[in-house]
Amino acid sequence: MKHLFKTSAMTFAILGTALGGVGVAHAEQSLTIVSWGGAYSKSQKLAYHDPWTEKTGDKIYMDPKSAQGLAGLRSQVEAGKVTWDLVDMLEGNAITACDEGLVEEIDYDEILAPAPDGTPPSQDFIEGSLSGCFIPQIVYSTVLAYNTTAFPADKQPSKVADLFDLKNFPGKRSLEKIPDGNLEWALVADGVAPDKVYDVLSTQAGVDRAFKKLDTIKDDIVWWDAGAQPPQLLADKEVVMASAYNGRIFNAQVNEDQPFKIMWDGQMFELDGWVVPQGKLTPELKKYLRFATDTQRLADQAKYISYGPARKSSVPLIGKGVNGVDMKEHLPTAKANFFNPIKKDAIWWADHGDEMRQRFNAWLSQ
Amino acid sequence: MAALPPYTSTLERVWHYTYLAICGLIFLFLIGPILVIIPLSFNAEPYFTFTHAMLTFDPAGYSLRWYHNILSHPAWIQSIKNSFIIGPAATVLATVLGTLAALGLSRPQMPFRGVIMSILISPMIVPLIISAAGMFFFYSSVDLTQTYMGVILAHTALGIPFVVITVTATLSGFDHSLTRASASLGASPSHTFFKVILPLVTPGVISGALFAFITSFDEVVVVIFLSGVKQRTLPLEMWAGIREQISPTILAVATILVAMSVLLLTVLELLRRRNERLRGIRA
Amino acid sequence: MTTADGKPLKVSLRRALRRQRIWAFLLVAPLLLFILVTFIVPVFNMALRGIENPQVHDIMPQTTSALKAWDGEGLPAEPVYAALVADLQAGYKSKEIGKVATRLNYEKVGMRSVIMSSARHAKRMKDGPYKEAMIHVNRAWGDPATWRLIKRESAPYTFSYLLAALDAHYDDNGDIAMLPQDRRIYVPLFIRTLLMSATVTLFCILLGYPVAYLLANLPLKISNLLMIMVLLPFWTSLLVRTTTWIVLLQSQGVLNDLMVWLHVIDDQGRIQMIFNKTGTLVAMTHILLPFMILPLYSVMKTVPPSYLRAARSLGANPLVAFWRVYVPQTVSGIGAGSLLVFILSIGYYITPALVGGQSGQMISNMIAYHMQESLNWGLAGALGLLLLVIVLVLYSVYNKFIGIDKIKMG
Repeated sequence: MKHLFKTSAMTFAILGTALGGVGVAHAEQSLTIVSWGGAYSKSQKLAYHDPWTEKTGDKIYMDPKSAQGLAGLRSQVEAGKVTWDLVDMLEGNAITACDEGLVEEIDYDEILAPAPDGTPPSQDFIEGSLSGCFIPQIVYSTVLAYNTTAFPADKQPSKVADLFDLKNFPGKRSLEKIPDGNLEWALVADGVAPDKVYDVLSTQAGVDRAFKKLDTIKDDIVWWDAGAQPPQLLADKEVVMASAYNGRIFNAQVNEDQPFKIMWDGQMFELDGWVVPQGKLTPELKKYLRFATDTQRLADQAKYISYGPARKSSVPLIGKGVNGVDMKEHLPTAKANFFNPIKKDAIWWADHGDEMRQRFNAWLSQ
Repeated sequence: MAALPPYTSTLERVWHYTYLAICGLIFLFLIGPILVIIPLSFNAEPYFTFTHAMLTFDPAGYSLRWYHNILSHPAWIQSIKNSFIIGPAATVLATVLGTLAALGLSRPQMPFRGVIMSILISPMIVPLIISAAGMFFFYSSVDLTQTYMGVILAHTALGIPFVVITVTATLSGFDHSLTRASASLGASPSHTFFKVILPLVTPGVISGALFAFITSFDEVVVVIFLSGVKQRTLPLEMWAGIREQISPTILAVATILVAMSVLLLTVLELLRRRNERLRGIRA
Repeated sequence: MTTADGKPLKVSLRRALRRQRIWAFLLVAPLLLFILVTFIVPVFNMALRGIENPQVHDIMPQTTSALKAWDGEGLPAEPVYAALVADLQAGYKSKEIGKVATRLNYEKVGMRSVIMSSARHAKRMKDGPYKEAMIHVNRAWGDPATWRLIKRESAPYTFSYLLAALDAHYDDNGDIAMLPQDRRIYVPLFIRTLLMSATVTLFCILLGYPVAYLLANLPLKISNLLMIMVLLPFWTSLLVRTTTWIVLLQSQGVLNDLMVWLHVIDDQGRIQMIFNKTGTLVAMTHILLPFMILPLYSVMKTVPPSYLRAARSLGANPLVAFWRVYVPQTVSGIGAGSLLVFILSIGYYITPALVGGQSGQMISNMIAYHMQESLNWGLAGALGLLLLVIVLVLYSVYNKFIGIDKIKMG
């Protein structure tokens, strides 16, 4: 069968060439950068792509395929043909990609720019975030938010446990259709300390406990699977509370004047950043990386979306957002917001993700 | 059916009209949903329902803003262009290959007809997700993902069953004595092909081509897996739009697509009439 | 008998026939080759991924061959540990060891970490003995179950994915066991997919039959006009038709608004008709109905109306006459339409993905999920293989009894 596959592949290649080979030509100097689409891509475009194009004339294509980033990388590397120059992905996927040799290892201090005061990148980025291949850009958070008009003014939800309290806070809730986050919150609501969550989840009894807690609100959950849905569901009052990416809620609060509020208690934060596909660490790309991850650029991005920069030196440079809002107050990493945070454990999820998803899907279909 | 015979009982009359009413409802079920989105795409408000202004035919309730929206977004424009590059290219390939094969398949001497036919029709039967995933792996291995060529070849494969079916159907009514007559009267094979066979199969070929075109123009699953940022087609842009958050712009795009189907259907209907005339069947 | 040039007629005729056969085949050959290469091979390749198992076999060749001699009892001997260390070192250097880690983690939770951390440690190991050292690095290497797992998955082909696709697995002793009831996903999903497809087919018969009968018995001029109402949806983009049902059925949509306006329901009591099984069933019935009406219509066109009149004139009650005389003559049309609708239904992906919510998902959606999100391509391949087998069996039934070239498309 392998043989047949190869023979067919050859015939196919010949056929392709014979038919004219449409779309092989690449003339201009350009970079294809994979990102998440929507407001997030826009913030990257404004903060680093546009300035780069202005400076060098290089064209940047943005492919909104990050949701399938690891799948695309695997197949492209397997095929020996990589069309992406940079891929935006979450820390967990970046670790897997690094382990599987799909992406380049990065010598951070050589490739990335130091902070304005000369601090090398290895000291300047958030501790523990430089894991070998991953180039972090932002800290984002999955938070619980609610529509303030859904509850009386003197009885607004404020903590993770309120998500599970149907008696005091009645109404539908919307949660993301993945186990990630939901299991952690279930345990926190059940009294587990945020920093002990993964220890508990590592035991069978702990997982059972989390699902049992989720059972108590299962009938009142509307599941979402695209980041744009929870603000929409809250706005339409289809639900009263929802988990959501903090940037999306910020956008609805500020740009659409929605009466939403984030309860920062138990926010699940994780890092998002870039990986360089195998064989793509060219001198041009290095130049771009050095530019796009410098202190000023990361600070600029926070102007357009409320995600925290991954460099400590960027924080003081964050100013007012495009519509005059003080962005610092809205970042998940702001002091007032960094309350009982849960750091998503990328390694734990890499090990247990498949089992949890299997169990979660089975639980959903019951 | 048209008029009830005079001996019909009252009960039968009641049943007859009830039956017609049921059929009317089914027709409404078929066509109503498609017609509903057309006025909604002219909604001045970002809602998916008829506003008061719309129902009272107040001109202020209607606007072209969602159509402007399409034109002002480079992504939509690019996707429309891509669809018009990929669609026709796949159609030409599928039509040429499919027509040749149909000519061979309709010859009585064709060996292994059944097996070959079922292989050629299989792209229509195999679940799209399997086809798309398979193509994703295989086309990756030969450098064809994220190229126009890859999407075109994939869409050709998906369009071919329609060409084969329609052209062989046209040829099944084909009187093979016509070619023999032409040959015995001294016409060369090529002359026979262009003067006798081709005019007769043309309607089948064109309707097959239209099917192939609409298949490509409507296809999204394979495109999800094979296309890169430069090959995003109109259905892919729509799919992404509906998944994220359905906006009235989608309804405007949908209306344009409905207009296109009406156009294609009209062409097809005219062809059918011409075909029947040619074969001497009374329309 | 001989022909003019002196050859026996029989030979000459046979030769002419052969030439014609070759000609016919040559006309078909380019397309056949094209379909084989662009379509059949990719589909086979996809299904094959459901049993292929190259990771351990290719990336840990020394361990694979060293384990051949091990009988599965107790712990393997020192040479196996030496092979393991050598493979881990090589795999770490070539950066391929992660693939083994991912592969084994599908079978046993935590194996990813075991392999990755062991590989990092193995990198620094110089001389043996390795057995104690490896067990010290990770306790898993002191557990015979780990070794049985690696031995089993070092075969180049595996049933693990197919078992997973049937909600079964190998337990720690290597025996096949079903998952507990509350962990089963795929078998219930296959059953749901088949049930939903059957429901859609039934709806299509119920809605398609009266319409086809009407069309077949009206004067051609009127029926041609009404036929457009069947063909227009058929020609309209699937995405458009799915969108339109979202617009109609969603809770702020046209139908709910209409009912609120008519005071059938109040504003708080809007009915959830979409993003669930109902939504999927309604939209799929709408999309597939023409595939039922067209073959029914073409069969009904051939049924002479005189039979029904004869039955009536012989005194049969109209219902009996219809049921006993007319319907049996249209069974072939019902069969053709139902099989086609059913075959197309079980592979549906787009519509359930957009309007299905949680309860309206079908097996294709799960394949897409494993292709794009969980990235367990082996499992996607195994699910695809099972789905493909079901579809191909139905396809051959269709082919045998109806004939694939009889598909009606307007």
